[in-house]
Amino acid sequence: MGDQKYLSNPYPFMSAYTVNANNENPEFKGINYRKTKASVSKKGLSIRGKAMLPEEDLKIIKKELGREPTLVEQGCFLNLWSEHCSYRSSAPLLKTFTTTGENVIIGPGDDAAIIRFDDGYVLAIGMESHNHPSYVDPYNGSATGVGGIVRDIISMGARPIALMDPLYFGPLDTPKNLFLFEQIIKGIAGYGNCIGVPVVNGEAFFDKKYSGNPLVNVVAVGLCKEEEIITARSQKAGNKLVLAGSGTGRDGLGGASFASRDLSESAEAEDRPSVQVGDPYTEKLVIEMTLEAMEKGYVKSCKDLGAAGLGGASSELAAKGGLGARIITDAVPQREPSMNAYEILLAESQERMLFEVAPEDVDAILALVTKYDLNGAVVGYLTEEPNYTVEFKGEIVADIPIALLTGGAPTCEKPSVIPISQVEKSKAPETPKDLKAAFLKVLSSYNIASKEWIYRQYDHEVQLRTIAKPGEDSGVLRITDKKGIALSCGCQPRATLLDPYNGGRTAIIENAMNLAVKGAEALAIVNCLNFGNPDRPEIYWQFKNAVLGLGDGARELSIPVVGGNVSLYNESDEFRTSILPTPSIGMIGKVDLETPLPSGFFAESGDTIILVGETTADMGGSEYYASFGAQNAGKVPPVPENAPEILKALIEASRSGKLRSAHDLSLGGIAAGLARMCRNTGAEIDLTEVAEITADELLFSEAPARALLATAEPDAVLEILKDVPHLIIGKVGGSSLEIRGKDFGISLSLKEISDAYGSLTRFMMG
Amino acid sequence: MKIAILQFGGTNCDLDVLHILKDVVGIDAETVWYKQENLTGFDGVVVPGGFSYGDYLRAGAIAARTPIMNSVKKLAAEGKPVLGICNGFQILTEARVLEGALTTNEYPKFRCHWTNLRVETVDTPFTSKFRKGEIIRMPIAHMEGQFYAEEKTLAELDENEQVVFRYVDENGKVTDAANPNGSLENIAGIVNPSRNIFGLMPHPERASESILGSDHGLRVFESMADYITENF
Repeated sequence: MGDQKYLSNPYPFMSAYTVNANNENPEFKGINYRKTKASVSKKGLSIRGKAMLPEEDLKIIKKELGREPTLVEQGCFLNLWSEHCSYRSSAPLLKTFTTTGENVIIGPGDDAAIIRFDDGYVLAIGMESHNHPSYVDPYNGSATGVGGIVRDIISMGARPIALMDPLYFGPLDTPKNLFLFEQIIKGIAGYGNCIGVPVVNGEAFFDKKYSGNPLVNVVAVGLCKEEEIITARSQKAGNKLVLAGSGTGRDGLGGASFASRDLSESAEAEDRPSVQVGDPYTEKLVIEMTLEAMEKGYVKSCKDLGAAGLGGASSELAAKGGLGARIITDAVPQREPSMNAYEILLAESQERMLFEVAPEDVDAILALVTKYDLNGAVVGYLTEEPNYTVEFKGEIVADIPIALLTGGAPTCEKPSVIPISQVEKSKAPETPKDLKAAFLKVLSSYNIASKEWIYRQYDHEVQLRTIAKPGEDSGVLRITDKKGIALSCGCQPRATLLDPYNGGRTAIIENAMNLAVKGAEALAIVNCLNFGNPDRPEIYWQFKNAVLGLGDGARELSIPVVGGNVSLYNESDEFRTSILPTPSIGMIGKVDLETPLPSGFFAESGDTIILVGETTADMGGSEYYASFGAQNAGKVPPVPENAPEILKALIEASRSGKLRSAHDLSLGGIAAGLARMCRNTGAEIDLTEVAEITADELLFSEAPARALLATAEPDAVLEILKDVPHLIIGKVGGSSLEIRGKDFGISLSLKEISDAYGSLTRFMMG
Repeated sequence: MKIAILQFGGTNCDLDVLHILKDVVGIDAETVWYKQENLTGFDGVVVPGGFSYGDYLRAGAIAARTPIMNSVKKLAAEGKPVLGICNGFQILTEARVLEGALTTNEYPKFRCHWTNLRVETVDTPFTSKFRKGEIIRMPIAHMEGQFYAEEKTLAELDENEQVVFRYVDENGKVTDAANPNGSLENIAGIVNPSRNIFGLMPHPERASESILGSDHGLRVFESMADYITENF
């Protein structure tokens, strides 16, 4: 997917254009090497004279081929062996995830995962980052991030029905960060709205460590019947390969290798040609054309074109079915003149799909291409011989054993050290004298404040499924009359910095809680693992421990991790920052629609308010500490051992139909949770019995696995909660939020709350 | 009775309208790809929302000039009902079958949220099942929804009771705060002088099942179906 996440750095940027000195005019074993170099250098692109492939990779390739690779072959290896495509340094770690489960039909490894749902339906789910392009060209970078993951969904045979976007930004007090924020949102809105896929949930998190390196992660979900699933596994030699969608231009050349490096100061200007340009109008046509072709049975296997373009998609599709492929680059519909084989094969022009089609169906599928005003052509065929062969103007420009190209990259585990000095510890703040001022300060932090300015720009209603809308803990969508899905995403980067392992576990429990308050049981997890430069042992240590925490957290709750991606080297020379470790996840669960869902807000005066879970004194990584300049103080509260029981009880309570309101507690603790629920009505709260801790700990602790519930039938709800920690803390009603503790009292009017909670919207709209 | 739901490249509310007409209202409806051009056999048309031709040039401008729009005009000339929702409204104004124009929202961003609307006239094929003055709820989702017309046109629209819905607050008052896009006189939807062509920016199909937040919009489609049954 044109994604940029991954990493890898041995590959000098734009090196795709560099020419190996040894390679000037080689003629190997029957392969007539075309001099593509001349046309490349005429374009004035940099030819740096460095070896284009890392020495050790070139050595392996030469040994296996028994000769020097041609330029086109080098381009193929450069892109397909880059960290972006082959997860070289992360593969060993990702193997620690449990990826199977009774509902997993297809796990990691295809374009998207497939989860069994209900009533014959299955869900396709995928998650991708588009971080580097979104820094260089925020509008197109974020837009094409949406486009790419959506094509991953349709290539499985599923109609895309929902998007989520966890986003991470630098503070909005610099023009650069503000520009990135506004343009990234605009890009997601512009693309998602146009293709008619609702964005139903998201996260926006701000921290100075994301200055100059914002993160754009996108989750996409699709729906189809089990018998409609199409995979990227080629079926039969002799079948044709049809490329359909946009014409191929030179945009996005070298994107896969571009993604695999950190962003230097000059990156922005220099890299812009590597960012693909999105065209959502064409994407919508591609969606409809693809789904119609699949419905009519013309498509035997399918892969969208993302990283490494046609070269990546065609070689991976062929290899997955144990076949080879022959590509005739001249047949590719092109939108620029005089493209050479290298460019045609590896350009990352957007909105393109590759289909395996039986010879007798070729005319019919090309007629669909015409119906939808798209470009399309037969660009090659599958072969018994397991070679990847590329033709250009009647000559063979690449001929590689396909297994070497798609699976031959060596992996490596990097050194990892515990970073004793990684985080300079700060001192915990004194309990503030003016608790109300502290309350409003925490509530108005952009991390907690309403994200309305963002989600108003997304069409979150299209497709007539959205029941719980953005602004709630999870988005809930109708699938059948009786069953729906709940979607939640995000993570807690500050906690992950202080304690990567517990940070990873916290991400799992927090998202599971967001689902549980809507009565949803989790079905699957996808992730984007966003980190800094893994060549630095302390970063690799963060990465490793966060991954282990995610894996253990998911196993504790028996939720399979079915897909995702890795984005490393997220560092900015310009701001001298390396991002906070950001193991962002997307979680999908199943909801019962036969009883009404609890709302995320207090609704009826007189309802009893119940706090579920244990509030503890640990405040490491909390928004409260960050708001008071003590970002690195304290210890991260661990996920309690009884978290699975708490989830189970919450799901049962939410499904009982006896809860009017339910809300997970996360950033900003009880204080932020109460304020958020007081949208339409006030509440009277007594926290004296909650825990023997200080007032600020009580109000702002972010101890995981806690929720606030409101009900008109407290007895029935308490019965459901009897085996997990819970406490009645007050009643809904009044026009203010009144909170009492042992030695404090706070009174906030609904207006004071909504003013603080509206801080981000007000800042953006002036 | 059969209703045509037009599909241009980039239309994205076609299947939503199809679901409401077939599964909720219970009448026959069919999507029609714009290249078909012929609408013989249809008793009404819905031009659904979306981003026809990517909103490139101007929202609705390209779709308005496709040959199928001649068939829509022909069908309307027979008195059959034509309903344009969101991008469909934009297409109908670009095709000059409805007056005025839809320009970029006052706050120039896409805006998706629920609005309160006041029913200004029940004397149309699309609003017979409402009460005049009734306050209803439907969501909007658009970037170019600011209704504009010259003063003379506005006066005519008022005089002929061609304004169908206005954005209002929850008490039914026309206020600036209740106006989501800067539309003149808070206009959310209008009919042509013959009253059988209706364009509106809010999405009635998104407010046709209570599980999604409201079923007020359903009466637009039911009114349309009644009108066809009675007249054709």
